[in-house]
Amino acid sequence: MTATATRPQAARRNGGRRLVDRVARVRELGIVVALGVLFGVTGAVNPGFLSYASLRDILLNSAIVALLAVGQTLVVITRNVDLSVSSVVGLSAFGGALVLADSPGVPIPVVVAGCVVLGAACGAVNGLLVGVAKVPALVATLGTLYAFRGIDYAWAGGRQVNAADMPEGFLALGTRSVLGIPLPALVALAVLLVAGWMLGNLRAGRELYAIGSNPEAAVLAGIRVRRRIVAAFVANGALAGLAGVLWAARFGTVDATVATGKELDVIAAVVVGGVAIFGGSGTVYGAALGALLLSSITSALAVLRVDALAQTAINGALLIAAIVLDRLLALRVAAALRRRRFRDAR
Amino acid sequence: MDQTPVLSLSQVSKAFGAVRAVREVSLELFPGEAHALAGENGAGKSTLVKILSGVHRPDSGRILLDGEPVEFGGPADAQAAGVAVIYQEPTLFPDLSVMENIFMGRQPRARLGIDRRAMRAEAAELFARLGVHLDPDQPARGLSIADQQLVEIAKALSRQARVLIMDEPTAALSGQEVARLFGVAKALREQGCALLFVSHRLEEMFELCQRVTTLRDGGFVAVDPIADITPDDLVRRMVGRELEALFPKQETTAGEIALEVRRLTREGVFTDVSFEVRRGEIVALAGLVGAGRSEVARAVFGIDRWDAGSVEVDGRRLRPASPTAAMAAGLALVPEDRRQQGLVMDLSIERNIGLAGLAAVRRGPLISRPAERARARDWAVRLRLKFARLTDPVNVLSGGNQQKVVLAKWLARRPSVLIVDEPTRGIDVGTKAEVHRLLSELSGNGVAVLMISSELPEVLGMADRVLVMHEGRLVAEIARGDATEERVMAAATGRSAA
Repeated sequence: MTATATRPQAARRNGGRRLVDRVARVRELGIVVALGVLFGVTGAVNPGFLSYASLRDILLNSAIVALLAVGQTLVVITRNVDLSVSSVVGLSAFGGALVLADSPGVPIPVVVAGCVVLGAACGAVNGLLVGVAKVPALVATLGTLYAFRGIDYAWAGGRQVNAADMPEGFLALGTRSVLGIPLPALVALAVLLVAGWMLGNLRAGRELYAIGSNPEAAVLAGIRVRRRIVAAFVANGALAGLAGVLWAARFGTVDATVATGKELDVIAAVVVGGVAIFGGSGTVYGAALGALLLSSITSALAVLRVDALAQTAINGALLIAAIVLDRLLALRVAAALRRRRFRDAR
Repeated sequence: MDQTPVLSLSQVSKAFGAVRAVREVSLELFPGEAHALAGENGAGKSTLVKILSGVHRPDSGRILLDGEPVEFGGPADAQAAGVAVIYQEPTLFPDLSVMENIFMGRQPRARLGIDRRAMRAEAAELFARLGVHLDPDQPARGLSIADQQLVEIAKALSRQARVLIMDEPTAALSGQEVARLFGVAKALREQGCALLFVSHRLEEMFELCQRVTTLRDGGFVAVDPIADITPDDLVRRMVGRELEALFPKQETTAGEIALEVRRLTREGVFTDVSFEVRRGEIVALAGLVGAGRSEVARAVFGIDRWDAGSVEVDGRRLRPASPTAAMAAGLALVPEDRRQQGLVMDLSIERNIGLAGLAAVRRGPLISRPAERARARDWAVRLRLKFARLTDPVNVLSGGNQQKVVLAKWLARRPSVLIVDEPTRGIDVGTKAEVHRLLSELSGNGVAVLMISSELPEVLGMADRVLVMHEGRLVAEIARGDATEERVMAAATGRSAA
């Protein structure tokens, strides 16, 4: 092939690549646009929505779900799911609060670390069930959802820990701001950046995508599939443990029912964020944006005085819209790839 | 040979349930030698490959690496020992880029994390070595089968293996790509790499290899220097009997037009395709992989929507994009990829055969199991299917027998137009002849057959007329008497429009 023939062909190929990249990236871009529209419209109707106090509340409300969504993404990417996160949050929140209330001598960092380890241990149980015992994740984590919650109930025995029982320094973790940004949001952001970098730039991170994309090929490629799946569940559990401490610090009142039902919010955020529920694609950034979008919508609907009962239905409709959009985008990408292949073949 | 083999198997056996896939087979792979593994489908070749690559552990016998016994606990161990494998079925990650597919688990590392630039450069270099134009950043999803296979080959090459195992690497490749692959393989061989080459194309074995081991029904038959035997000897060793003529197409007289395709176009895939197939005729659709042949078949059968044109079956226009309408009109399609598209691998033989004809075995709203079973048994016997029980899942069958199940599923509907896409890909010589006899018989009974095939001897032997596609267009129609390998290849590569 002569040089003159090569150049236009290469240019065409780059053009095709750019188009596909753009469409692929729209998954995250789309949420940013949706967020912009949401804030624009709601702010126009009620400027109070854009006030510092309101924005701070939204960040606080979305921080814990965003943290959980990041963890859940690690698991979903491998073509699995962890339904038990809300129970792990509950267990960790109650355990942490109980230690703080009953043994004031234990330093706060030790309590936080203990909760993270407790969460990681719960995650290890899930990971061993799914990765080693080969129980389908949906069933295994549905089981541990009830089991962990049951342990929580038994431990609490109907007891409630109140803000007054916990040290001030601990409660400040849930409410204090640094540079005007609430601490839980900063924690979630830090975790997000670290997890995002690891998924994109470490072999272990890329292997999680490989496992979800084609599990059989992952085995043939020599990936330690079992180890990676267990690791994803442990990491998710540890983040759920961390989320539990933040929950206790933020709300102050903790009993055995903390975070019940939250797992569905988390999975909704992950799906809205463009993470493929059958694994292999999606980013933690998308999942965190999804969490931010869903809690912003809840706040906006409240500001717009939409009936609280209708809010749930609207959230559901948005979830379906997100999935439909995702599917349409996937079809567009497939069509673009098809045309490109045809062009390249010439 | 006086040197030690790099990798060898000694008296290795492996059984899956009651099926003894491999029985006491020995194999020695020497550095700088290409070794062929011959045998019909179901002879145990793929199992042997999977033992060498650490996927399966042998039940008995030993694996020796440089003369020392080793145990492969999994593919990772075999890879660490320097064994790279190109599997028969591409094993790619559709969501990841081509370069990540090549280097998964071994990505070049910078100080912090993966060095994408180095990975891209290395992938581009591999593609240049193979002489292919692939974008390292492109996702693997959407690649043609040939391109997927090329990515597999690049992956194996990048491992700089001491032993390279190729399980049917050429099944999906065009002649030029095969030539490139062989060029690279020969270079590796000269550098002292040991090659194990599995193929159904005998001429390729004779071109590339020095020795050949033959398996039959899981057992070892012989190992011969390739210079000492003829292709006929090899076939006799594989089959264990003399073969009849390979392509027994009966003479038939063409009847009325059964399938008429007019100016069919699907944007970006194929353009302005017109042809007809008459009753009693076998029409071959030839061309290179990616020319749009399978895509035309998919559109005719209603799987993909066409943008312009029309399809008529027995003079009646077909509703577009409806496989149900196509089936009701008497069309049947045996797809290219039987594992993904032709069969439900975990379902039983009888259920797979019954799938396309559930209406025929229905009693009211329910399916009659006895009727389903009787129908399945009837067709299994007619097609000489080799099976233990009809209730066995189809994934325990060999490739050739799986293909027979797909054929049975459609023939049980008694179609008037049968489209077969690569009907004998990855099928052993014996079953191949049976499939050919069957297609010939069907056309003798007045069925119109459209056969997509990349194997020229098959095209030339079976077809009454040969249609050739090149880059989405029909470029030639050649009558049986005029069809030669040269003419078909010239049209397929776009060098002339006959």
